[in-house]
Amino acid sequence: MKLTNAQIAWRAAQDIEDGAYVNLGIGFPEMVAQFQPSGRAAIFHTENGILNFGEAPPAGEEDWDLINAGKKAVTLKPGAAFFHHADSFAMVRGGHLDVAILGAYEVAETGDLANWSTGPKGVPAVGGAMDLVHGAKRVAVITDHVTKDGKPKLVKRCSLPLTGVGCVTRVYTSLAVIDIVNARFVLREKLPTLSLDELQALTGAELLVEGGIINLNVPEV
Amino acid sequence: MDKIVANLAEAVAVVEDGATVMIGGFGGAGAPIELIHALIDRFRATGSPGRLTVINNNAGNGRIGIAAMIDEGMVAKMVCSFPRSSDPRAFTEKYLAGEIELELVPQGTLAERIRAGGAGIPAFYTPTSYGTELAAGKPVAEFEGRSYVQERWLKADVALIKAELADNHGNLTYRKAARNFSPLMAMAARTTVVQAHAIVEPGDIDPEHVVTPGIFVDHVVKVAEAAQEEALIRQGVEYA
Repeated sequence: MKLTNAQIAWRAAQDIEDGAYVNLGIGFPEMVAQFQPSGRAAIFHTENGILNFGEAPPAGEEDWDLINAGKKAVTLKPGAAFFHHADSFAMVRGGHLDVAILGAYEVAETGDLANWSTGPKGVPAVGGAMDLVHGAKRVAVITDHVTKDGKPKLVKRCSLPLTGVGCVTRVYTSLAVIDIVNARFVLREKLPTLSLDELQALTGAELLVEGGIINLNVPEV
Repeated sequence: MDKIVANLAEAVAVVEDGATVMIGGFGGAGAPIELIHALIDRFRATGSPGRLTVINNNAGNGRIGIAAMIDEGMVAKMVCSFPRSSDPRAFTEKYLAGEIELELVPQGTLAERIRAGGAGIPAFYTPTSYGTELAAGKPVAEFEGRSYVQERWLKADVALIKAELADNHGNLTYRKAARNFSPLMAMAARTTVVQAHAIVEPGDIDPEHVVTPGIFVDHVVKVAEAAQEEALIRQGVEYA
C-alpha cells in the first residue's frame, strides 16, 4: 500500500500556510495547488513572470500569452502581477519565496537533489530547476519513495547529476514524510501499515527517529 | 525622434552573418514570429545572415520561429535553458548530429547574465549551479558562509522582441506573460528591434506604465495581427 501522487500532493499542501508565496515545479508538483485546505490561499509564482495565477481556463478559452513555466495556459486571480525574468528570479534567489515544491530523481540525506538529468544521453535541459533550489525558505520534494524498479530514491549520496547541494529541507513520499536535519534523514510520519524496518529497507540511508513517528493518514482524493 | 521603420525586411536588415541575436519569448509567449520569419526570408533570398548565435529560453518548437531558423541552417549555436518543447525535432536532430552547439544555462542565470550585459556588469556571483556540472570551470567564492558561482554577462549584437504598445521614442509595454526576457534583452543588445502590436503617439503610453524605456530600443515595426507561436503549433503550421 502506498499513497497516490494526488495523496502525496494533498499531504504537501497541508503544510502551506495562508498567504505563503509558493513555486510548484513543472508536472507532478503542480497538483499541490488543487489541495489547499479551505480558508487558506497561497500565492503561486511562476518563473516566466506571474504572481498569483490560478487554474487552467476552460478548453478553447486559452490565452497563450498567459502561461505557466510548464507552458500550460493559466488564469489570473485578483491581485496578480506580471514582471520580467530577472525580477522573477530575484524573487527566487533573493529568498522571497516561502516554499518551493519540486520533483526528484534522487534526494540525498545531505539535502542534495538530483532532478534535472538522468545522464549524458540526449539533449540536456535544465530550465529553472537549479535556481529554484536556492532561495525559497523551504525546499520540499514530492516523490514516490522508490523508483519504478523498486530502488530507493532517498539515498546516502546522489548518483545522478546534481541540481543543487544541501538544498532540500523536507521530502513527502508515497510512504512517509521525512525532514533533512544536519545532513540526516529524520522520519516524521509514515504509513501506519508499514513497519519502521520495512520503510528502512526501502530507503537508501539511515532513517533517524527523534521524538515520535506520526501516522501518515491521507484521505482518498 | 522617430524609431519607426516601414516594414519587417527593413527591421531585420541590421542582423549580419555570425551575429549574436537575442530573441524574446518563453515558449510561444512573446515570440516575435514575424521578425524571425522576415530573417528567414532574407536568408532564403540571399544566404545571409547565417552562422548565428541565438539566445532564447528555449530552442524552438515545431517548424516555425526559431525552430525554422535551425531547420534552415542559419543557427550555429543556441544559448538557452530548456532546449525541449512539445515538438523539439529541429534542435534535437541538429544537436545529436553535432551540427549545432549548445550552451546550457540555468534559467535564472540566463536572465541575470542578460540583465548584467545590459547594465554594464561584467560578472556576478549566484548560488545557482554551485556543486553541479554546469558550474564546471567557473570561479567559486564564499560570501557569508555560502558558496557562489561566478557568471559572466551576456550581450548581443541584436535583440528581436515583441511588444504590445510602442511609440516613436521606442517606449514599450508588453502583453501579460509575453514580457519575460524581452525587457532584459532590449538592454543587452547593441541594436534592439521591436515588433509592436500598435504604435501610439508619444504620451499615449502613461510614463508610469512604460516597461521598457525608449533608450533601450532602436527600431520599431508595426505588426498589428501578430501570430501567436503556440496557436500556430496547435494548428500544425510550418514555415516552409
